[in-house]
Amino acid sequence: MPVSETKLLMKYADEPGYTPGIESYLAVGGYEMLKKAVGMKPEDIRGEVKASGLRGRGGAGFPCGVKWDLVDRKSGKPIYLICNCDESEPGTFKDRQLVHKDPHQLIEGMMISAFANDVKFAVIYIREEMPKGAKILDAAIDEARARGFVGSNICGTGFSCELIVHRGAGAYICGEETGLIESLEGKRAYPRIKPPYFPAVLGLYNCPTIVNNVETLCNVVHILRMGAAEYCKIGRPNNTGTRLWCVSGHVQRPGYYEVAGITMGQLLYDLCGGPLPGRSFKAIVPGGGSMKILRYDEKFKGKKPDGAAYEYGVDDIPLDFDGVAAAGSMSGSAGMMVMDDSVDILEALANLMQFYAHESCGQCTPCREGSQWARKITARMCSSNAKPGDLDTLYDMAGNIGGRTVCPMGFSTTWPVQSYIDKFRDEIEAKARDNRCGMPREARLIQK
Amino acid sequence: MNLKPETLSTIEKIIPRYPQKRSALMMVLHEIQADQGHISDEAMEWVATKLEIQPINVLEVVTFFPSYRRQKLGRCWVRVCRTLSCGLMGAYTTGEVLEKELGCKMGHTTEDGSLTLEWSECLAACGTGPVALVDEDLFENMTPDKLGPVIAEIKKRAAGGVPTPTKG
Ligand SMILES: Cc1cc2nc3c(=O)[nH]c(=O)nc-3n(C[C@H](O)[C@H](O)[C@H](O)COP(=O)(O)O)c2cc1C
Ligand code: SF4
Ligand code: FES
Repeated sequence: MPVSETKLLMKYADEPGYTPGIESYLAVGGYEMLKKAVGMKPEDIRGEVKASGLRGRGGAGFPCGVKWDLVDRKSGKPIYLICNCDESEPGTFKDRQLVHKDPHQLIEGMMISAFANDVKFAVIYIREEMPKGAKILDAAIDEARARGFVGSNICGTGFSCELIVHRGAGAYICGEETGLIESLEGKRAYPRIKPPYFPAVLGLYNCPTIVNNVETLCNVVHILRMGAAEYCKIGRPNNTGTRLWCVSGHVQRPGYYEVAGITMGQLLYDLCGGPLPGRSFKAIVPGGGSMKILRYDEKFKGKKPDGAAYEYGVDDIPLDFDGVAAAGSMSGSAGMMVMDDSVDILEALANLMQFYAHESCGQCTPCREGSQWARKITARMCSSNAKPGDLDTLYDMAGNIGGRTVCPMGFSTTWPVQSYIDKFRDEIEAKARDNRCGMPREARLIQK
Repeated sequence: MNLKPETLSTIEKIIPRYPQKRSALMMVLHEIQADQGHISDEAMEWVATKLEIQPINVLEVVTFFPSYRRQKLGRCWVRVCRTLSCGLMGAYTTGEVLEKELGCKMGHTTEDGSLTLEWSECLAACGTGPVALVDEDLFENMTPDKLGPVIAEIKKRAAGGVPTPTKG
């Protein structure tokens, strides 16, 4: 039986007639959970979020409740809450939907989170390239303020929290939480070294700060509504709740799908309609451009509960944090890019290296120089100018970036390089040897 | 530097929203760029005074972030995504058609200042690629065969026409 979506966050947003205005949201029970929350003890809300097992939807999948527990509540300094709506990871477009279609759900999630963590000032950091999203949020915040859901004396309880929208200016690194914080302080977005700069202790203005993704914060509303126990029934243990998977590239029906407890094959075939006519899948980047690539014909080894070993393929990968990790990649930001047999894998890599070279903040030499080298080498290999040893140079160099930099972006450059070469070495080598270029002009992935 | 009265009053409202003045920098720069089409040396000095920081603090931000411009942007600003998902759907061909039809090379502003055409990295709309951001409006599914209306719209804006709202 074909699978269907499990709609929690997008339950109303995609319905005809539903608008981003507050009336739509109130009509479906909006802000009832905020009213409930402000009557609860903050630690009880935090307890519920922790018990829900909610894992961050921004990339690393760190448990939200645990992150909130790490916040330094004894410093006497103000605590800040930042919603990360930088959404710049290639392949990811879910936060845009949540903000454009249901901004009040995010605002309610943020105000509940603010109350639970004693936050008096919260910020939505939205990328510059989403100007309409920023306007929609501004308008929604005004509406919410007029009704007493944002600002002073929220729901008449004496609890106050300001919420503002802050716009980025075209830099991917502002998605990294400490880069974001620097940028919010009015500086270049150079990520900070951890330790000591864990935002939970030393964040905005060196005060304790929570940085959460848009989708993470929206989930908080539903955890409170359903209760942690009920919420945990969605998905698998340690992978609770739904996820908004963004599928782009070579499938019949690209788009975002809110699902839980399905496999990658079910997403690719039942929901996305399978490959384009006459084509077959070649490779999948599961969680945004930074994540390791999977070969569609790859096989993985699993263990049954009784210890027996078995083999499974890409279609059988459980579509959640642990499922994708067991297959050697990560679900990251859930931005799935699909490539069919028409794609020259080296060109795909060259395209991504252009991205990382452009987006390195430049603070660390291995990332700054390495990403430029990777861009140049892959580009020349694609234009039939490969030099002997180019592939090995590229591979070796990648091994010297990740883990030697201030922020995890070093890995964002190296994981694609290493995994594309590991999995498609034959194809890339043959191409370099013959000095030939694979993709026809109209389908090319880099400037020629 | 003659900022419009609306710009000035917006700036006055933005600054006190932040716990620390310097945090308003990016938002103030956005306002100035929207008003003037770019960020001049004079503007940087002005912002520095306004936020009680050094001009170098403003310069470092203006030069770090790609969206801020020290040269005037065209009346119509077109950014075409070229990252992987859009690339897979034909973004490079889309870009080529736009260059030809609009008479402007990628990365350039036309001499008459009517149009800036450039590549951008992932615009967070990969499922409907290729996409382009035209001023504040997102144009989706921009395959070469569907570019007619988009080109007409860009030409209209470049000629000083009023933007037609899109979904975005
Ligand atoms: C290079 C880099 C880019 C990132 N980009 C984003 C982003 O665009 N959006 C996002 O929510 N998180 C992004 N992250 C993850 C954030 O640093 C942070 O972990 C996340 O916002 C935390 O929210 P969560 O716990 O709710 O997932 C990025 C991380 C790195 C290293
Ligand atoms: S790893 Fe790259 S992006 Fe991260 S701080 Fe270093 S130079 Fe900047
Ligand atoms: S790749 Fe073009 S919008 Fe994401």
